[in-house]
Amino acid sequence: MDLTNIYASLPADLVATFSMVLVALVALALVVWDAFRNNAPGIPWAGVVALGVAIVWELFALGDAPGTAWYGMVRTGGFAAFVNIVVLIGALLSIILSVPYLREIRHAHGEVYAIILFATVGMMLLGTANNLVAVFVGLETMSISLYILTGLVREDEGATESALKYFLLGAFSTGFFLYGIALLYGATGTMDLARMSEGLAAGENLVMFWAGVGLLLVGFLFKVSAAPFHMWTPDVYQGAPTTLTAYMSTATKAATFASLILVLYAALPPERWTMVLAVIAVLTMVVGNVLAIAQQNVKRMLAYSSIAHAGYVLVGLAAGTPAGYAGALFYLLVYSIMNIGAFGVMALLEWDGKEGQTQTLNSLAGIGPRKPLLGATMVVFMFALVGFPPLGGFWGKVAVFAPAVEAGLTWLVIVGVLASAVSAYYYLRVLYVFWMRSPEDEPEAAAVQDRVFAVPVTSAAVLIVCVVLLLYFGVRPGGILETTASFFAGPGASMALLP
Amino acid sequence: MVAQLLFFLLAIVAIAAALGMLIARNPVNSALWLVLNLFCIAGLYLTLNAQFIGIIQILVYAGAIMVLFLFVIMLLNLAELPRREDIDWKRGAAFILGMGVLAQLVYIVAMSFDVLPHPPAAQEAVATGSAQVLARALFTEYALPFEVIGLLLLVATIGAVMLAKRRFV
Amino acid sequence: MLTDFVPLFLMMALALGLALSLLKLHQLLGPKRPNLIKTAAYESGMDPIGTARERYSVKFYLVAMIFIVFDVEVVFLYPWAVSFRDFLAADAGLGVMMVVSFFILVLGIGLLYDIKKGGLEFE
Repeated sequence: MDLTNIYASLPADLVATFSMVLVALVALALVVWDAFRNNAPGIPWAGVVALGVAIVWELFALGDAPGTAWYGMVRTGGFAAFVNIVVLIGALLSIILSVPYLREIRHAHGEVYAIILFATVGMMLLGTANNLVAVFVGLETMSISLYILTGLVREDEGATESALKYFLLGAFSTGFFLYGIALLYGATGTMDLARMSEGLAAGENLVMFWAGVGLLLVGFLFKVSAAPFHMWTPDVYQGAPTTLTAYMSTATKAATFASLILVLYAALPPERWTMVLAVIAVLTMVVGNVLAIAQQNVKRMLAYSSIAHAGYVLVGLAAGTPAGYAGALFYLLVYSIMNIGAFGVMALLEWDGKEGQTQTLNSLAGIGPRKPLLGATMVVFMFALVGFPPLGGFWGKVAVFAPAVEAGLTWLVIVGVLASAVSAYYYLRVLYVFWMRSPEDEPEAAAVQDRVFAVPVTSAAVLIVCVVLLLYFGVRPGGILETTASFFAGPGASMALLP
Repeated sequence: MVAQLLFFLLAIVAIAAALGMLIARNPVNSALWLVLNLFCIAGLYLTLNAQFIGIIQILVYAGAIMVLFLFVIMLLNLAELPRREDIDWKRGAAFILGMGVLAQLVYIVAMSFDVLPHPPAAQEAVATGSAQVLARALFTEYALPFEVIGLLLLVATIGAVMLAKRRFV
Repeated sequence: MLTDFVPLFLMMALALGLALSLLKLHQLLGPKRPNLIKTAAYESGMDPIGTARERYSVKFYLVAMIFIVFDVEVVFLYPWAVSFRDFLAADAGLGVMMVVSFFILVLGIGLLYDIKKGGLEFE
């Protein structure tokens, strides 16, 4: 390689990935800040400001023409901006929710917020990566950060257990992932996603190539908790601090699915994997929804529900058409908002004396009238998760199911719709217990709800923003759906193979 | 010729060390056998002209990872396993012979389907294995992942300190 | 090429041979007249009590973890060290310095954090 003028593009690259660079630099600054001023109260807010600036920057980049930066390592332009926005919003809302929550559970360490920002950098690299090395590094940065966040409450055995489980299984799946990358490189001679199919045509190592694709898929499906790689999800989501669960159940999925879409769309020949993804989607939807019915703990129920939602996104990917990918992106955005809202409400309800790990749904009987804000926002989040028409969740489901019907996967969509119908039972049961039951009916509820707690203004603001966004997505989904569709269609599509 | 001789010498020692690691009843002895094994593997990398990987093998695996292994062994304070007197040599020999035949069969089947990777020519290996070639890619084309790896290592440090230091506020 | 490594292999073989022969030779050549007192383990003049295998504190493990992180950092710096001249020759020395400096800065922050938070202290 000729090294002359090799760094000439460096300033342009820094601008092109400004939001990632900004978040990384602020995260480093937060580490130094925390080293000198232990747990300074300003740390999370500095992170929030950085994330806010990054979101605004990316909003302006939504219409940009596609391109690459850092020697073809990451994508820029509309698709990348959209994925980054979803990840950044997830991080922003989670941090704001975490500030009072972590203070309440006495774990408001400054490093936590720095680690959330580092995980966000990893997700932004993962979601926009155009090269398998970047995919891997992003995935690992994200995962290592999440292992640490899961085990944050060290004195709690459940949290430590879930962190260890997450770490061991995650490391195992990383092994699969890395092996897949090695085989793909061996078969095609390139790490660049866009050049992979040419490399395959030249190399003709088909067996090795498909073995690599299979291993890579295992790694991806583990991270998005699709069945049959979902076993870790309930334990980890239940054991981790609730607001951080909100973060890891949304931003992680958005980034990993975005990377999976890039791999499927740019690197692989289009035919063979539709059926594989369809079968996994069915398994995931059925397992998630059926097991969610049996759960008494709301966090655990939401964990199974997040498995089910990974299944809905996979329906869009199984369609394998640009419309399917665009729908999946839209779904990820909506899902992130409604899930953060639901976990946010649960985090605020934990303050009445019972921890999220042990808190049963029945102990929250009649909480709606006593905490009208939490009760009312929970109504919106639950209806959105079911996919009820005036809310964003409905259009999300339409956006992933319609392309699947067009692609001839009607049976898959029927299973999906039936699964959503099942999900109505356990989502609406939460509302029933919140609003229709009274604490007197439940012996466990009376003891719990005596402790008075106030909802902080910031958390209330986050919940209201989530509700407003969901209503907006429900009433006017058109603009966003067109934006996501434009990434995959037209002459200036972000996804066109790059030189 | 020298290369072949070196290869077989290192390979035999590596296999012997691996067996020693498995057979040793004292965990610390096992770990030391593993060090010898890792050194032999590093030698094998050198015979393949992959100098950088060879050096990493010694620096990271034989150095850092083995330190972790030994710490775990000492942390758990594993007792020496009872010595086994009744090793069934006939069964062991049968197993080794069986695996040998299986390996040959798999090799022949794989050959006929042409799925075996073709080993790169020596000249090609020289061009790709050295640290200079790696550096040219690592600090230019892969600069962004390289910096993010820095962040990843930082996160690992922070996590280790944060979780290991008792800070019950 | 492989022949470049022959001295290295020779030296490794010599070192191994020297170490092993020193261990064995003194055993063979030295006079041995053991008695009960001589063979007893010496523990500051006290009678040895209990086993020598004590459990290590998990604090040492933290040091090992931090060591690994910085060890891996060194691995990444090694190619930089051997190829810096190539970059200088191509007039890209400043660029590669910036890339590597940021990497070192990031890990320097890690070190600063360790020191400030007492990760390197034994109490």
